[in-house]
Amino acid sequence: MSAIQDWQGRRRRGAMTESQQGLVQSADWKRPSVRWGLGGTQTALLVLLVIVGLGPILWLAKAAVTPTQDTLSNPMAIFPHGADWSNISGAWNEVDIGLYIWNTVVIAFGSWLCQIVVATTGAFALSVLAPKWGRVITAALLTTLFVPSVVLLVPLYLEVVHPPVIHHSFINSYWAVWLPAGASAFNVIIMKRFFDNLPREIFEAARIDGAGPFRLFVSIVLPMSKPILGVVSIFAVLASWKDFLWPLLVLSDPSKQPVSVRLPTIAGQTDLGVFLAAMLIACLVPIVGFLIFQRSFLRGTGLSGALKG
Amino acid sequence: MTAGAEPIQPALPPRPQTPPARARIRRSPISWIRDGGLSRLAFLLPLLLIFAAFSWYPIVRLVLISFQHTNEITTTWVGFQNFSEVLNDPLFPIAVKNTLEFAGLALLFGYPIPLVAAVLMSEVRKRRGLYAALAYLPVVIPPVVAVLLWKTFYDGGPGGVFNTILGWVGIAPQSWIQSTSQAMPSLVLESTWANAGGTIIIYLAALTSVSPELYEAASVDGAGLWKKIWHVTLPQMRTVLLVTMILQIIGTAQVFLEPYLFTSGGPDNATLTVLLLIYNYAFGNSLGAAYGQAAALSLMLVGFLAAFSLIYLRATRSWSDE
Repeated sequence: MSAIQDWQGRRRRGAMTESQQGLVQSADWKRPSVRWGLGGTQTALLVLLVIVGLGPILWLAKAAVTPTQDTLSNPMAIFPHGADWSNISGAWNEVDIGLYIWNTVVIAFGSWLCQIVVATTGAFALSVLAPKWGRVITAALLTTLFVPSVVLLVPLYLEVVHPPVIHHSFINSYWAVWLPAGASAFNVIIMKRFFDNLPREIFEAARIDGAGPFRLFVSIVLPMSKPILGVVSIFAVLASWKDFLWPLLVLSDPSKQPVSVRLPTIAGQTDLGVFLAAMLIACLVPIVGFLIFQRSFLRGTGLSGALKG
Repeated sequence: MTAGAEPIQPALPPRPQTPPARARIRRSPISWIRDGGLSRLAFLLPLLLIFAAFSWYPIVRLVLISFQHTNEITTTWVGFQNFSEVLNDPLFPIAVKNTLEFAGLALLFGYPIPLVAAVLMSEVRKRRGLYAALAYLPVVIPPVVAVLLWKTFYDGGPGGVFNTILGWVGIAPQSWIQSTSQAMPSLVLESTWANAGGTIIIYLAALTSVSPELYEAASVDGAGLWKKIWHVTLPQMRTVLLVTMILQIIGTAQVFLEPYLFTSGGPDNATLTVLLLIYNYAFGNSLGAAYGQAAALSLMLVGFLAAFSLIYLRATRSWSDE
């Protein structure tokens, strides 16, 4: 984690200090060959990143408000016959994209809540309360990391259709998406590692002051864990927003489907311009979220890499 | 109970009793409860219930189903019949070959690109955040939108987006995902675009942990830029590089979304992957779901990936933590 903070720190100090030492040292930067060679490469990289990273989204934004005929006959021309804003209203009214985005929000919120509850309470119990059989549970959690979730599709699907104990199918119920999302061993493990590093003296002092486990959890551990809660939350929401196959299987009722399940279904039967407008609306929410929480996104990704490594 | 406000105050003893954790001498239910057993159980309960229901039980059930014929109502035990049916399915070798091809191509395209980009970006002194954000942008696009967007780009007619761009430099229109030979590379290209950003950010974080003293020492010894990359940067990053490689192989072995949405496994089964075959056994079969075969193939995939990971870790251990 220190590495990421270090990176953030270096980034914040940025070009102001000359003490920054990397692969290419400040002294080298003063040499014209290095300055031009590397500077040129970096400018080329920036141009490439704009084309590759931003280009497809800009094209989508342009095509979303271009008449379908223009997009089909000359996709790279910029508004040869003016813009067509009716695509956007078509996506909103005919495709009803708002409903599917709302469904996605509902699914993402429930999945997030379930993941956060399971990960915080579970990690708190395993790390701070440390029951005798905690090691066994941790080992059982680690084992599930080796089983990719997609291979459990068949048993999970059969379980949701015919649940044991409760004899009521969960098909077309959001519980079928929310609850399995909670079974993320990765969340519990990174949360537990974070809790393990909280200073024990604070817990001891709180216990002496008479705080029970619940008070300890709510008033001390959770407030101290905001950074890790942010990271887990971002990944929970993003994963749920991206999920396709599981909601496709368990939510067969179109009025309950999230946007990523609905889009492929309507692809063939919708006017291309309207469809592209619907796709643009579908990725606006994650893009805006990314721009707002950019730092947490990038730090979280770096952190997950550091943990896996 | 002022614990919430100022918990750190060193409330020195008088300690009324020994801390509960150490008081476990007798093992009666009452002492267990007094010991905080109930609250420990209460905190563990969500985790235990959710993982039992949606992780541990399905894993066991996966193994059971692979030895059964089940149609949601009746279940019969069939021994290894599911496994032999899968192994004798003419589609099975095709799916394995295609999955290996996808993983291999993804390694070829997708492994060096993020590394080169990250090394270059780590030397950027101004607006590094902009570089990182641009590289990460494709990762936040929902994969379904990304695939459907690229499907439009891959339009095989002369008016397709990529074909128009190729036309600018005088290259004839390609058929992309409609051709058996180009379909798989096209899928890999989209997948690389969609995933490279995450790897770049991981590498950027790893690059900052390379200590500047090492670069300084290398400079003093007269090492140039390439020598520094080869002798300092890459060796310092080897653990991360090894981990991202195995994670990428494990991830691409489970590729589903791209073949399912781009081509449904076509043309002529050229993009039928193992996971798509599992899906077809279980959910894509109009004649009735073959859950047993799907479970058998899933189990073989897990077994293969676990064995591969173990061999990989064993083989690279000496190299990763010397």
